[in-house]
Amino acid sequence: MFAYLVRRLFLMLVTLFGISVVIFFLLRIVPGNIVDILFAAAGYVDPADKANLEKELGIDRPLIVQYWHWIGGFLRGDFGYSYVSEKPALQEILPRIPITAKLAGLALLFSASIGIPLGVISAVKQGTKLDYALRVVSLSGLSLPSFWLGLLILTASVAMFGQMPIFNPNPKTWLEAFATYAVPAAAVGFRSAALTMRITRSSMLEVLRQDYIRTARAKGASEAAVNYHHALKNAILPVITVIGIEAAFLIGGLIVTETVFNIPGVARFLVEAIRWRDYPIVQNLVMFIAVVVVFANFTVDMLYAVFDPRIRYTD
Amino acid sequence: MADKTDLVLDVKNLKTVFFTNSGLFKAVDDLSFSVRRGETLAIVGESGCGKSVTALSLMRLVPDPPGRIVGGSVALEGTDLLALDESEMRSVRGNRISMIFQEPMTSLNPVMRIGDQIVEAVRLHRNISSKEAQGIAVEMLRLVRIPEPARRAREYPHQLSGGMRQRAMIAMALACRPALLIADEPTTALDVTIQAQILALILDLQKELGTGLVLITHDLGVVAQTAQRVIVMYAGRKVEEASVEALFAAPKHPYTRGLMASIPAVPASGVAAQARLNEIPGTVPSLVRLPQGCAFAPRCKLAIKRCEAEYPPLSDWGGGHLAACWRAEEVAEVA
Repeated sequence: MFAYLVRRLFLMLVTLFGISVVIFFLLRIVPGNIVDILFAAAGYVDPADKANLEKELGIDRPLIVQYWHWIGGFLRGDFGYSYVSEKPALQEILPRIPITAKLAGLALLFSASIGIPLGVISAVKQGTKLDYALRVVSLSGLSLPSFWLGLLILTASVAMFGQMPIFNPNPKTWLEAFATYAVPAAAVGFRSAALTMRITRSSMLEVLRQDYIRTARAKGASEAAVNYHHALKNAILPVITVIGIEAAFLIGGLIVTETVFNIPGVARFLVEAIRWRDYPIVQNLVMFIAVVVVFANFTVDMLYAVFDPRIRYTD
Repeated sequence: MADKTDLVLDVKNLKTVFFTNSGLFKAVDDLSFSVRRGETLAIVGESGCGKSVTALSLMRLVPDPPGRIVGGSVALEGTDLLALDESEMRSVRGNRISMIFQEPMTSLNPVMRIGDQIVEAVRLHRNISSKEAQGIAVEMLRLVRIPEPARRAREYPHQLSGGMRQRAMIAMALACRPALLIADEPTTALDVTIQAQILALILDLQKELGTGLVLITHDLGVVAQTAQRVIVMYAGRKVEEASVEALFAAPKHPYTRGLMASIPAVPASGVAAQARLNEIPGTVPSLVRLPQGCAFAPRCKLAIKRCEAEYPPLSDWGGGHLAACWRAEEVAEVA
């Protein structure tokens, strides 16, 4: 087990290194840098001024040197300064993380707490009207992009209540906080919930055919105990995998959702930073997201062993 | 015949049908039998003759849809199980009537510890603490002769061999001391060497606990070793019923005779082996389109016109030996 963990940790570091290379060079391939963007508005520009600024920001140096400078700083905990605000990158990123984290957490919570039970119900009631209705809902969840759903929700709330939910940065009570995050989280989580439901359903259908389900019934277990205690426990692995993958995918959905609902989280901030070619922000933020995703995958793998005693990580 | 109070199970005119795309078929048709306390009744027949559906019908576990019990009564210790509502039936299942299945490899929940699965069976029916139930679980594992029961109770099914798993299944089925145990081909999936052990174990425990046993099998060798009485089923119906001695001494139904003839005999040393094993020609008919008369007639060497036209009634040929055949008298002579 220990050797497995060490190997796994090493692989995670390799992955993160690969990501750092990709994100660094992709950013440089994108035409234009912050200096071009700043001077573009000015019309005629003295090339010397431009060169001076590039030198000041260090983006005139060879790419390898720049990469080394960034990654060395990253490892030391020095994330550099935002080109745009000239504040430390960490100061810009950190306060925005809790907002996005709450949004993502709530969206995942929705997708698990709605998707799994509905998937179970759909499987148990296979072929009934309820099953068909739930499957239609699930299909619509998979087909609606979250920004479109967000816009629909905003339009509908204006049409019905004459107002739309405004992001409240300082909620005073839990309820206020929930109300603030629930709608955008639902918009972005609907897709995950739908996917979770589908996977739960098909996984449950597979498990419900197994002999040990009949054994459980023969013991005198109630339908609820059979479905949740015996079947779901066996059907949960693919669901965990999907939720794990969704956790990583969520960031894409969050970018548009934060934009649509005007929420000052990291996802929207990332897009703005890309627009400005604000290298320190983009690089460090993407690296941060990558670390989260890599650890989410690791957690999923560890959860396998928790839920299925047949899986043991050995050397 | 023993008096009524001695009957653990009394099945009358049980009828279970399946609704399929190709039509309705009667998997169990008008089946009656009874089991006394401590008695072993064997139900034999080919695959698809309705043995397992009979077992599931007794447990009321026939998958619905497509199956449904449409008639008859199943009296367990005097209570008609078919008249109970689902929650009353649940309190009987695993408690007064238990079942062990053919496939020990897949019949235990792979993500639950062996002990916990027995604990669940106990706590569903007994109002006791988890700790007491754990004690019972270990005790049951000891009873089915699993070595180191306390350690095995903490293991998962995949850590046990097939024979061990079947022992654990037996422990689970008997944990609440049921009045009736149904064993549906309990040894078919096991190694030959393990089969005898498991059978002996079931019989020992049955004697010890006074349980009635319905043993479903296609293996007449098993029947001879274990049962007191035998039912032979064909195409969903009982075609013969007798004590083991009477059945093996003088089978009255040509189907039973055919089954016996197809048991491979080990020749004595010095005797040439029989060149070819006997078989019953043809296959079990489709239950959707059963012939009007005797369902076995198309495969029967003794069949006459009447067999195809009229279904023979079950008649008593003496000493409770029942057989449904127009030519039962001739069967012994011809063979």
